[in-house]
Amino acid sequence: MIEAVGLSKRYGDRVAVDQLSFTVRPGQVTGFLGPNGAGKSTTMRMILGLDTPTGGRVTIDGRPYRQLDYPMREVGALLDAKAIHGGRSAYHHLLCLAQTNNLPKRRVGEVLDLVGLAEVAGKRAKGFSLGMGQRLGIAAALLGDPKILMFDEPVNGLDPEGILWIRNLMRSLAAEGRTVFVSSHLMSEMENTADHLLVIGRGRMIADCTVQEFIDQNSELLVRVRTPEPARLTEVVTGAGGTATPDGDDTLLISGLVMDRIGDLAFDNQVRLYELSPLQASLEQAFMELTRDTVEYHAAVPGGREVSA
Amino acid sequence: MSSTGERSVGDSATTLLRIPPLAPARGRAGLRGELRSEWTKLRTVRSTMWSLVAMAAISVGLMALIAWALMNRWNRLDPGERTNLAHHPLEVILARPVFISQLVVAVLGVMVISAEYTTGMIRSTLQSQPRRLTVLAAKVAVFAALMLVVGEVLSFAAFFVGRQVIASHVPVDLNDPGVSRSVVGAGLYLAVLGLFSLGFGAILRHTAGAITAVLGLVLIVSNLTGLLPDSWGHHINAYMPTNAGLLVIQPQPQPGDLLSAWQGFGVFAGWTVLVFAVAAFLFTTRDA
Repeated sequence: MIEAVGLSKRYGDRVAVDQLSFTVRPGQVTGFLGPNGAGKSTTMRMILGLDTPTGGRVTIDGRPYRQLDYPMREVGALLDAKAIHGGRSAYHHLLCLAQTNNLPKRRVGEVLDLVGLAEVAGKRAKGFSLGMGQRLGIAAALLGDPKILMFDEPVNGLDPEGILWIRNLMRSLAAEGRTVFVSSHLMSEMENTADHLLVIGRGRMIADCTVQEFIDQNSELLVRVRTPEPARLTEVVTGAGGTATPDGDDTLLISGLVMDRIGDLAFDNQVRLYELSPLQASLEQAFMELTRDTVEYHAAVPGGREVSA
Repeated sequence: MSSTGERSVGDSATTLLRIPPLAPARGRAGLRGELRSEWTKLRTVRSTMWSLVAMAAISVGLMALIAWALMNRWNRLDPGERTNLAHHPLEVILARPVFISQLVVAVLGVMVISAEYTTGMIRSTLQSQPRRLTVLAAKVAVFAALMLVVGEVLSFAAFFVGRQVIASHVPVDLNDPGVSRSVVGAGLYLAVLGLFSLGFGAILRHTAGAITAVLGLVLIVSNLTGLLPDSWGHHINAYMPTNAGLLVIQPQPQPGDLLSAWQGFGVFAGWTVLVFAVAAFLFTTRDA
């Protein structure tokens, strides 16, 4: 279990992480979601004692990382696949890490087998592809058979097979009762793997809920209606407790009412309809909506339309 | 993901993985494991061992060549030069190899720690052992031991090879006054220089910057202080780290020396301790 209380990090004037409090529980995959620059990596580095918080604290089963007896047996982390000396072979890289925690030599072979790198164990890491580097990083994380696993943007740059492999790995680890904490800037990735979500923006906690709660709260059903009398329909819809937003000359986007009810209302009030269709805002949009004000750098969006099919 | 997509990538990606369990352990990750790890790190990067072998071969070989050339021209050398050689044979057979070797030693010392920062390995290192003084202590101990062995092997090899080459005109023996201390001292000097450089690597973290700083100090600043005016300049010059440290490879005190051989070596060691005090403070408090 990872517990953060009021965790903060400031670099001079810039606040990277602002008073984060959260708990990451065992037996499930917890997604750590936020736009680039939201403070996800900094938070993970503070959990691992690589960066010192400027406020608050974070503990692993009640103890700061630096006080763990055998850190590799408690936490395995893949922060970036490049934390490797390229001149060393995969085997020796893992060996020198295993030795620090008095792990048996044969363990190195076991994790190399597990991630499918046994054949290239003697090759220098310099020549590894991104996917192989990622697997080597995961092998290092699994060396100590840790109770907690952390992955920072693990699927970035991987091919579909690699992505599937990582997703499956995370599910496997959680199914074994381990704590899995994984960051991403893509909601779609979390939708497929996470049970619980922590959403941050500009270093602040925006949402701490299950994935299902997030979907229920944020994927509001919109109905698209085309009518020659948008003004009258708006009146009717508003009267019935719905909200209508114009989307072009003859089109309305209606929320707060189910589709059948909108059809009935139009029929009862004799408003002619040309189209009545459901639009589901994707989780990606909900996430972007939620973090919009917290994104550090905005790109201009052509047309500026917020919801599209 | 569709079912066809799942099938096409094969079982390895879709069946649940099982992590082989690890027997529980007692105790704590400490200096012993870290020492083994640091030794593995040093010996498994090809460049370390290659540099050391090349350093020994080049410095001893070059010295032997120069000494041999001098012996061949012995009868054509002017008398002053001959007297000088007869009085200071170690200048040729010991000081020269040390001068060449110290460049390699400085680079290796810096890289013990700066290479971890430039490759990102430091984050893996500090994740596996977050108690940073343990990490720094292990690096120092392992590198010091290696440098001491290499330094002593090199200085004794240089002495015995050089002695053979110059034996015909300038006999020199380990039993001559100050000679054995100088030979042992040359190895010690190289080992301490390696640590001095390692400390700079820890402080500056960038390979090029730290190498420039160390070599600038050893090769340039140490000589420039010799140009400072009179008595106080003389003192500054004598107490510069490597100026003081090199006294230990000089068999006899020279007129005007402010420090004895071991005093000089102590001053150099003191500088190194000072560098490490700064390095340890920064290494334990800075974000990795």
